[in-house]
Amino acid sequence: MDKQAILETTDLSKWYPVRKGRFSEKAYLRALDGVTLSIQKGETFGLVGESGCGKTTFGRTIMRLIEPSGGSMFFDGEEISKLRGRRLKPVRRKMQMVFQDPYASLDPRQSIRSTLIEPMRIHNLVSSKAEAERLAEDLIKRVGLNQDHLSRFPHEFSGGQRQRITIAAALAVKPVFMVLDEPTSSLDVSVQAQILRLLHDLQKEFGLTYLFISHNMAVIRQVCDRIAVMYLGRVVELAGTKTLFQNPKHPYTKALLASVPIPDPSRRKELAVLQGDVPSAVGIHADCRFRSRCAFATKKCEVSPPLVEVEKDHWIECHYDIDFDSQAQRDLGQRT
Amino acid sequence: MSQSHAQGGGNEDVLSIRELKLKFHTYAGEVSALDGISLSIKKGELLGLVGESGCGKSVTALAIAGLLPQNAEITNGDVILDGKNMLTLEPEEMRLARLKDIAMIFQDPMTYLNPVFTIGSQMVEITQAEPKLFVSTLVAHRLRQIDKEAKGGEQGPKLLAERENLAESLRTQRLGRRELNELTKSYSISLLRSVRLPEPEKVFEMYPFELSGGMRQRVMIAMAMMRRPKLLLADEITTALDVTVQAQILHLMKELRSEINSSVLLITHDLAIVSEVCDRVAVMYAGNIVEIADVQELFRNPLHPYTKGLLASVPRADVDKIPDSIEGSVPDLLFPPGGCRFNPRCPKAFDVCPSKKPSLIEAVPNHYVSCFLYGG
Amino acid sequence: MSQTENPPAKIRGQHSDFRYALHLLRQNPIVMAGLVISVATVLLALFSNVLVNGAYWHQQNLNLRLCWNNPDFGWPVTNMFNCGGSVYPIGTDAYGRNLLDMIVLAIPIDLQIALEVVASAVVIGVVFGSLAAYMGGLVDEIILRITDIFLAVPWILLAIVLIVVLGRSLTTLTVAVIITWWPWYVRLMRSQVIGEKEKLYVERLRMVGAGWPRILFRHIIPNSIYPILVQSTLDIGSVILTVSALTFIGLTPNPLLPELGNLSNQGIQYFFTAPWLITFPGLTILIISLGFNLLGDGIRDIFDPRLRR
Repeated sequence: MDKQAILETTDLSKWYPVRKGRFSEKAYLRALDGVTLSIQKGETFGLVGESGCGKTTFGRTIMRLIEPSGGSMFFDGEEISKLRGRRLKPVRRKMQMVFQDPYASLDPRQSIRSTLIEPMRIHNLVSSKAEAERLAEDLIKRVGLNQDHLSRFPHEFSGGQRQRITIAAALAVKPVFMVLDEPTSSLDVSVQAQILRLLHDLQKEFGLTYLFISHNMAVIRQVCDRIAVMYLGRVVELAGTKTLFQNPKHPYTKALLASVPIPDPSRRKELAVLQGDVPSAVGIHADCRFRSRCAFATKKCEVSPPLVEVEKDHWIECHYDIDFDSQAQRDLGQRT
Repeated sequence: MSQSHAQGGGNEDVLSIRELKLKFHTYAGEVSALDGISLSIKKGELLGLVGESGCGKSVTALAIAGLLPQNAEITNGDVILDGKNMLTLEPEEMRLARLKDIAMIFQDPMTYLNPVFTIGSQMVEITQAEPKLFVSTLVAHRLRQIDKEAKGGEQGPKLLAERENLAESLRTQRLGRRELNELTKSYSISLLRSVRLPEPEKVFEMYPFELSGGMRQRVMIAMAMMRRPKLLLADEITTALDVTVQAQILHLMKELRSEINSSVLLITHDLAIVSEVCDRVAVMYAGNIVEIADVQELFRNPLHPYTKGLLASVPRADVDKIPDSIEGSVPDLLFPPGGCRFNPRCPKAFDVCPSKKPSLIEAVPNHYVSCFLYGG
Repeated sequence: MSQTENPPAKIRGQHSDFRYALHLLRQNPIVMAGLVISVATVLLALFSNVLVNGAYWHQQNLNLRLCWNNPDFGWPVTNMFNCGGSVYPIGTDAYGRNLLDMIVLAIPIDLQIALEVVASAVVIGVVFGSLAAYMGGLVDEIILRITDIFLAVPWILLAIVLIVVLGRSLTTLTVAVIITWWPWYVRLMRSQVIGEKEKLYVERLRMVGAGWPRILFRHIIPNSIYPILVQSTLDIGSVILTVSALTFIGLTPNPLLPELGNLSNQGIQYFFTAPWLITFPGLTILIISLGFNLLGDGIRDIFDPRLRR
């Protein structure tokens, strides 16, 4: 148990039963298939991947919005996967989530004031109406809006403003950990950076730890300290940001980075490195999940690879260290 | 003065939009969606139309294709496609134009493909709509196929008979129903192959739900190519796709450019995509075109303050720091700001900006901008 | 930052519902007609005692029964009774009472029953429908099956049995109609809540730590209730029709009672000798039902395709 870890998951899984055909053979969609990682206090941990990789499922599972099928999760030293009701409530206070869609996150019939005060009431954090009002005013100003916005309703605000409101509502209960699920993906580009800066400032001011989930490599690079790359329900690479971008080692990470267009026409490149589509998440993978699309796959890859620390604090789930592994070079030569 | 240059009108322009103004009548009032835009696309050119939400880029495409909703009103301007003014066409002429001259691909192929028909039947439908327009293409394709089949060897009596039939059809410009369907089928399959779909014969028989998002988008591209349009309108075609699939589609578009020989209007909010595939770029803000330039020139030397702000705010995967942002947010077009619509957010705004609207002028050769900082 | 934010549109928000409503009314004279009729009906009901003596319907005047003496209008009827004295604008009924007065007295009675039925159905529907949808599982199954059972039985049989067993009175009449009406509301509310509970703001509330009563009663129900309210307006007319149907076949507590169904009943019996007796009460039922129906349609248009905008 890592003392400095605010969140630790071991082999966390979420399987959805799927009915295949008329005679109901039970098969499972493995949205999360054994995710083990730990997030340190005070850091911004990035979780990146394409659709279907499980990053959103992971975020929702650790928030207990989805029940895990297996594995364990420890929050601030306490196992939380089985807690219910009154035991769960104080945990909920300490971890909050900001969702992707600022338009749907707020009750359209609820004033902003009410949206901010309600969490305080739920957790009995205020003893009087005046105190609640004062705190709401503080919060709304802290996120860059002003007092008269409190009496208004969500549809009177733009996307960026609504996202600020949801952030304020999350802060209302004074959490220590926040899951940010694509917080800027629905916003205009010129507004995205405003929200990212706000989140950055708030982290410093309140000593928060962030789990930042995104499919956008560029944004992840700018805000995260460490990054985990997910594919088909598992973490395939885990490293510090600088390391990941300068020296990616897993073939999927390499392909992912190579596919991201750069807004600089003088650096036009051959983009499409990865062919084919993501395979189905239903069914067991005895082999490496990435095998069907991997340019370097060999016979060895018929067996699921272990998670290896290829250099300090840099983990990949692959049989090879492609760049350096002489065995890899040899195997590639004899590829079947 | 130099406005006529920006508007085009030269012989090589496939599309020329002049001072187009458009508003929507809603119960809440009038939304001034397009405030006098002018742009042009040359033959074979890939023009990127870039802007944030509500800037009017999708509306522009709909105006070109004649697919505006009922409450839209065009109050000024022309849309000239290859000499024809699209705004004055009769409904029947417009339908034919949509069939042969313009092809449009949208963001979400699932809603634009009919879920209860196979891919194949939807492709065959295209030629069935107006067979006359497709006879030459279909016959030419089949003749090429026959030639390839019979390569080297002699052409047996069956093939010779078919050749004669085809020649006859070509002369009379008519095809029997069954013949039309068969020729279209073989043409469709070869198109599906050219968009790099695996097992195109199988895909032909599949239903949309059996395909992934990337595959469906390729089908849409194939359907567009079928018509050999003069202008291809691609509206946020990769926004809903994963980045690796997006890369495949963009790669495909680049490959097909030479084959299609169409001009393309690529609409997107993503400057990175524009940088990867476009020849020229037009930047839109709140219903106005604020800058037009060649893609290298625009990124190297952005003139309009909005373009500068936009470029500075794009997150880049090759850079560490959080980008800048532009203060404020996109205006509500029910109450657009007076004068230059960007002036409330502009760091360089001065006294004339809120009162007059700047016109699009050629500040640098072949680089147009709509801002008082450069005159106009 | 706040200076460069454009001011929120003044017309958005609750105001927009009103403006949209006005816009629709301007565009749609039929809905306007519905509004006028409904309002007129309610006003008439409220002031009926001012216009006509509330005890009037008890007296019978058999000399004046089934007579018509309106000089401006005639009926193609042989052997029509003609009565002397004051002019009865739409004739008299089988008990010699002024038909116009009877209709004026009938409207508040019918309207009151209709409002009671609709209000009860709404309450039952909201409570059980939202519980079924939110709890799911066994609770949902049980409530759904009970609803199904009630829907499977032909409503008129159900009403007849109930009234026969419980005795004839206005109360049992009301209860009988409520029993046949509530299942639709449960179903409607249930489908609304099922949709609403999947929404993101509900998930956010769960994440914040809100318990299910708070989520259900303070958030989900207020957001789901519009279609129910629309439906209830539409149903006022239909309930009047239903009650009239029941009294028409004789399930009335008192044949003298001023009630549109009762009057229509008399009308059928004396169709050939006094056709006005079926015509005017029938027309009244028609107009009132139509009025509320059109009003309900208009309200639905306001709240439903906001998306269509």
